[in-house]
Order: sequence, then C-alpha cells, then structure tokens
Amino acid sequence: MGEGFTQIWVYLSTTPLLGLTLTLVAYQAGMWIYTRANLNPLLNPVLIAVLLLVGLLMLTGTQYSTYFDGAQFVHFMLGPATVALAVPLYQQFKKVRGSFVTILVAILTGSLTAALSAIGVAWAMGVSRETLLSLAPKSVTAPIAMGISEATGGVPSLTAVLVILTGITGAVLGTWTLNALRITDWRARGLAMGTASHGIGTARALQVNEVAGAFASLAMGLNGLATAVLLPLILRLIF
Amino acid sequence: MTLGFITWLLVFQLLGEVISKGLDLPLPGPVVGMALLFLALVVRGEVPDGLKDTAAGLLKHLSLLFVPAGVGVMMHLHLLQDEWQGITVALLVSTVATIAVTALMMVGLGKLSAKITAKSGGPSDG
Repeated sequence: MGEGFTQIWVYLSTTPLLGLTLTLVAYQAGMWIYTRANLNPLLNPVLIAVLLLVGLLMLTGTQYSTYFDGAQFVHFMLGPATVALAVPLYQQFKKVRGSFVTILVAILTGSLTAALSAIGVAWAMGVSRETLLSLAPKSVTAPIAMGISEATGGVPSLTAVLVILTGITGAVLGTWTLNALRITDWRARGLAMGTASHGIGTARALQVNEVAGAFASLAMGLNGLATAVLLPLILRLIF
Repeated sequence: MTLGFITWLLVFQLLGEVISKGLDLPLPGPVVGMALLFLALVVRGEVPDGLKDTAAGLLKHLSLLFVPAGVGVMMHLHLLQDEWQGITVALLVSTVATIAVTALMMVGLGKLSAKITAKSGGPSDG
C-alpha cells in the first residue's frame, strides 16, 4: 500500500461516509457467508460483521468514535425498529388469544430463568459487576437488551455481543435439549427457542416448523417486554 | 415503506421516551413506545396495511441495526478476555436451562388446563 492509499484513508476516515459504508459492506459480507453456509447458526452474519469491523478498525488504528460518526445513521434506526416489534407481536398475539394466559405464564417463567440463572452462574464464577449486568438481559432481542443494559448500568455494546452469542448457543443446542426432554409439541418448542434466544432462535425455529416459528416470534416479543419490566426490579432487589 | 408510518413509529418512540423519562421508569423509551403501539393495535383490532409493510421492511434487517453498537465491544475486549470462562459457562447453562424450563412449563400448563377444562366441561383453552 503506497502513501496515496494512506492519504485517502486519512481523508475518508474523517467523513461519516466511511463508517456507514463499511457497516453495510461488512453486514452483507456476513449475510453472504451465512447464506452460503445454508444458514448455519455458527456463522451468524452479525457476528461476522462485528468481527470484520473490529479487526479492520484495530488494524488501521481507527478510533471507535470515528467509526461511529458514520455508523450512527444505522444505529439510529434501532429505536423505531424496536417500536415496530409491536406489529409482529400483535399479529401473533391475535392468533393465540385463547391460550394467552398459559403462554404468558410459560414465557414469564422462562424470562426469570434466563435472567436469574445467568446472574447466578456468572456471580458464582466471580464475574465482575459490569459484565454481570451486561449479561443479565442476554436472552432478549438485541435492541431491547441494549436499552435494558444501559438503563441498569451494564455495557450496551458488550450486551449486544452476548445477545448474539446467546442466540447462537440456543440455535445450536435447542433442538438437542428439546429432544432430550422429549418435547414434541411445536408450540412449546417454539416458545422455548424464542424466549431463550430471541431472533436467532426464532430464525432456527422457523427453519424447522412454521408453528414453532410463530410461537418463537411471539415469545421473543413478550420476553423482551417482560424482561424490560422485571429485570430492573430484580436487580434492585439483589444489589 | 411509507413516510407516514415511519413518522408514527417515531411518534410512538418519542411518546415512550417522554413517559419513561417523565415518570422516571427504568424502562428504555423505545420499549415503552413498543408497548404503547401494541396497546393501540389491540384497541384498533387490526394492523393498517401500510404499517405492516413499514414494520416488515424495518425488521427484515433488524440485525444490521445493532452492528454499530456491537462493534463498540472493541472498547471492552478486556472484559471478554479476563472473564471468558465465567461468561461461557453462564451462557451455556442459562440458555439450556431457559429452553428446558420454558418448554416444560408450556407442556405442563397445557396438560393442567386440559384437565381443568375436562373437569368443568367448559370450552377448550385452544
């Protein structure tokens, strides 16, 4: 790489265009690999994009704040997208109105299990308070989880990564766990995947069965709301 | 995606932020906005077509939207480096436990409500 390239890089890295473009390119590279790998959850497109971007920024010695100047345009859309989650939630809710109480109790139990077991195990393993708080909302869809993390004193960006890792874990181990427990009801299987591992679990459930996918989607939305309400209260009781 | 419905989403988000800050709730503003929109849809009884399309368009690439925040983990790599054992065990145990508990609870409650309905002879819970 000659001096010319360095100069161009120095110029570009001061404009928001670079951060924005790199985000889109990295995400599409991630999607390309994920699709090529037959949607293997281990090759999660967001994880690939994050790894590519972190690697690039570190190699070029670029500050995160410089990158974020451009990437904030993408980041801004998280808010309206979170509000938009109400639409699929309502659509699924309408379908299952009759057994809504049963579903809600199952999801609430799962929601408490997710937060309390993560906090408990992390605490027993001597994890720092900062990491523990970032880990607590890990089963919730990333936009909501990051908001919860911020409100409760965690590190939102660490939460984002932990949420993705949780999604991958659930997508990889979910089928095995549910088979070991001999759960054959698609509704229960979907609900479990959506509660434990949000959108990534929902995508996995949809691949296997349509009913499971619909219930996973419902669980993802409800668990997001439930955790946002319950987790701050739980943390206040514990700490 | 229609501009009108994007505006509605932003209005609900703004309302959520105002309520969250105004009442000093520990809830993120957009989550309050989501709850408000959900209630509005329950009251309305259906989703307007335009909103359906706008939401679907926005949510299709939901995972792209948290890439910028995710990259921020580069500032906290020391946490992952120092505490990866605790994090890994917590993730594995908690995720498997959540899947197991949720599924068993759903199946158990389903059986319970079937029993109650059979006894009382009431209408099925669906």
